[in-house]
Amino acid sequence: MTITRNRRVALGALAALMAASLTACSGGGDDGGSGTTEGAGADEIEAALQEGGSMTYWTWTPQAETQVAAFEKAYPNVDVTLVDTVGAGDANTKLQNALAAGDGVPDVVQIEYQSIPQFQLPGQLVDLTAFGFADLQDLYTPSTWGAVSQQGIWGLPQDSGPMAFFYNQEVFDAAGVEVPTTWDEYIDAARKIKEHDPKTCIGNDTGDAGFTTSMIWQAGGTPFQTENGAVTIDLADEGTTKWADMYQPLIDDELLCQLPGWSDQWYGALNDGTIGSVALGAWMPGILEDGVPDGKGKWRVAPMPTYDGTPVNAENGGSAEAIPGAAENKLLAAGFLKWLNSSDESIEEFMATGGFPATVKQLESPEFLGYESEYFGGQKINEVLAAGASDVNEGWQYLPWQSYANSIFADTVGQSYLDKSSLLDGLAAWQDENVSYGTEQGFEVNGG
Amino acid sequence: MAGYSYDRPRKSITLTVLLGALLIYSILPLVWMLFSVTKTQPELLSSFGLWFSGPFSFFDNVQAVVTRDDGVFLKWFANTLVYVVVGAGGATVLATAAGYGLAKYRFRGRNAVFAVILGAIAVPGTALAVPTFLLFSQWGLTNTMWAVILPSLVSPFGLYLMWVFSAEAVPTEILEAARVDGSGEWRTFFTISLRLLAPGIVTVALFAIVATWNNYFLPLIMLNDPNLYPLVLGLYQWLADASGIGAQPVFNLVITGSFLTILPIVVVFLVLQRYWQSGLNAGSVKA
Repeated sequence: MTITRNRRVALGALAALMAASLTACSGGGDDGGSGTTEGAGADEIEAALQEGGSMTYWTWTPQAETQVAAFEKAYPNVDVTLVDTVGAGDANTKLQNALAAGDGVPDVVQIEYQSIPQFQLPGQLVDLTAFGFADLQDLYTPSTWGAVSQQGIWGLPQDSGPMAFFYNQEVFDAAGVEVPTTWDEYIDAARKIKEHDPKTCIGNDTGDAGFTTSMIWQAGGTPFQTENGAVTIDLADEGTTKWADMYQPLIDDELLCQLPGWSDQWYGALNDGTIGSVALGAWMPGILEDGVPDGKGKWRVAPMPTYDGTPVNAENGGSAEAIPGAAENKLLAAGFLKWLNSSDESIEEFMATGGFPATVKQLESPEFLGYESEYFGGQKINEVLAAGASDVNEGWQYLPWQSYANSIFADTVGQSYLDKSSLLDGLAAWQDENVSYGTEQGFEVNGG
Repeated sequence: MAGYSYDRPRKSITLTVLLGALLIYSILPLVWMLFSVTKTQPELLSSFGLWFSGPFSFFDNVQAVVTRDDGVFLKWFANTLVYVVVGAGGATVLATAAGYGLAKYRFRGRNAVFAVILGAIAVPGTALAVPTFLLFSQWGLTNTMWAVILPSLVSPFGLYLMWVFSAEAVPTEILEAARVDGSGEWRTFFTISLRLLAPGIVTVALFAIVATWNNYFLPLIMLNDPNLYPLVLGLYQWLADASGIGAQPVFNLVITGSFLTILPIVVVFLVLQRYWQSGLNAGSVKA
């Protein structure tokens, strides 16, 4: 406990140092991002692409390489340097460092939806309204557009992750369980699966910030609200409480496997049927096909269980590409970004290897909806997944320091999982930590 | 206490069992790795860790490791060699020269230098990584090999070790005799002292090599370009490929890559061991 506390202090100090150095050496090229004076129309952007130049693109998208190759073929004069930033967590750190140092800043960068406020609020991103990107709004699903446009346009959505319920039919059949349509049925199913074979469980959870925030979102909670720089945190609001009350028995009665997601044990447990289901974003099928080969033909997908039978959903994961205010070649960057996330060619390249798009046209295309997945036993999975995209609750916001908040989740809410104590107490502890951290960072924070 | 000596030590069952348990505890992960490198990805996830399972796929794994992403693993290997040879090699040279100088010469400010070095040992390298990053970015050195090499050159602990070792292993009488015979300081250092210092130098080199070979946090924040990554960072990147959207778990390649990564370190240890052991008792007996 003391160790994590010390580490937390160190992290806080680090963040403060970063913030200080940000103001100290952000000279040149940083026009605050909130009131960009450089704007350009579609013609100017196209002309810049024809004229060419070189630019840098930071991403961890597996499809980026083929997308960039296709782009360079269409615009031979543009040279895009692709940097693989490994994963979302490291990418945030890298971007933060580059911005703090004021050099080596990418022209276009992938940012998770949940981290956009972290870079947008200090004015480190370009408002893309000046490039006429407001006209692109109708291309995207409302929930992804909502994630990139709050008092400005801070990026273009790349993918989306409307949640769905992925389950192993074989495990459910063995335990004599039907697919749950409500959370009450889900808890009953969890008990039956556990009774049938104590080694197996309906799902796994050791306390995952991304999953929990999505679940609160689905329950209608809006615990984080930022307005004019003032942040309100209420991790006991109606929706949050609704989720915690529903979820508590799963922890109290040990109905879930104590396995951290994405670990090798987790993949193993998915392969051998120890874990019977996962509720995650619509990008999951590709991961099942790649990482869970033994599940071929056994897995199916259903809409998320609900609280009262009314279809309701949340997003889980997903990212946009944005242009940092310190980018050197904004015009070229805008052209590349527009092509990357709005041209059919690029989006189809992204979808070819399992990317789940954010664009309405592709989500509604008969070819996409009619796809019969061999892995899912011939099920038309995209019908289920795309339908889930239209039920996403509106009004959700993330904290301006979400990645930090997620990093202390294990010390607060995670403790409730460990000692089977009240989730609401854990959430209250998480709230207190975040209120004090936000205040330290110079935000005006109101705690519930 | 009769009858026991260095050659005929007293036997203790408890101690033997305890050390045996510690040995197993230390060796077990390595044994697990040796079995795991022979498995395919699905076998790795589903089989018992401490025995063979499924087709023997060690050579397929090695091939997959060196060919994945256009052979980037080999590039990482070469980078790591550069970082170790230049970084750890340089650190050893500097620590040896400075440690010897501090131990064998009296000069103004010596105590101040010493205080600074002792202070530097107390600061963990990780704590300096971010300030170093900000400094280097002002000099335009980030995302270059120098960003990893320059900080690796400084090894306060190695210097301290060499100072202690020089004070013991190089008798001042020998230096005085050499001076009387008309040998210059440099010549004395290279022809006489270096030979006496060899075990200490090897020890410092070992520490520096291992530290550079395993260095993770510094390259992580300094480097953006995967073409400059050392092995540790590259393997971490492959491991991270198993999580999040678009995940492609390749645990079998991460483990095989790790195996290939520790091989050179094992070889270095085996080769240098005899020098190292002979240095451990240096100065323990007054002749």
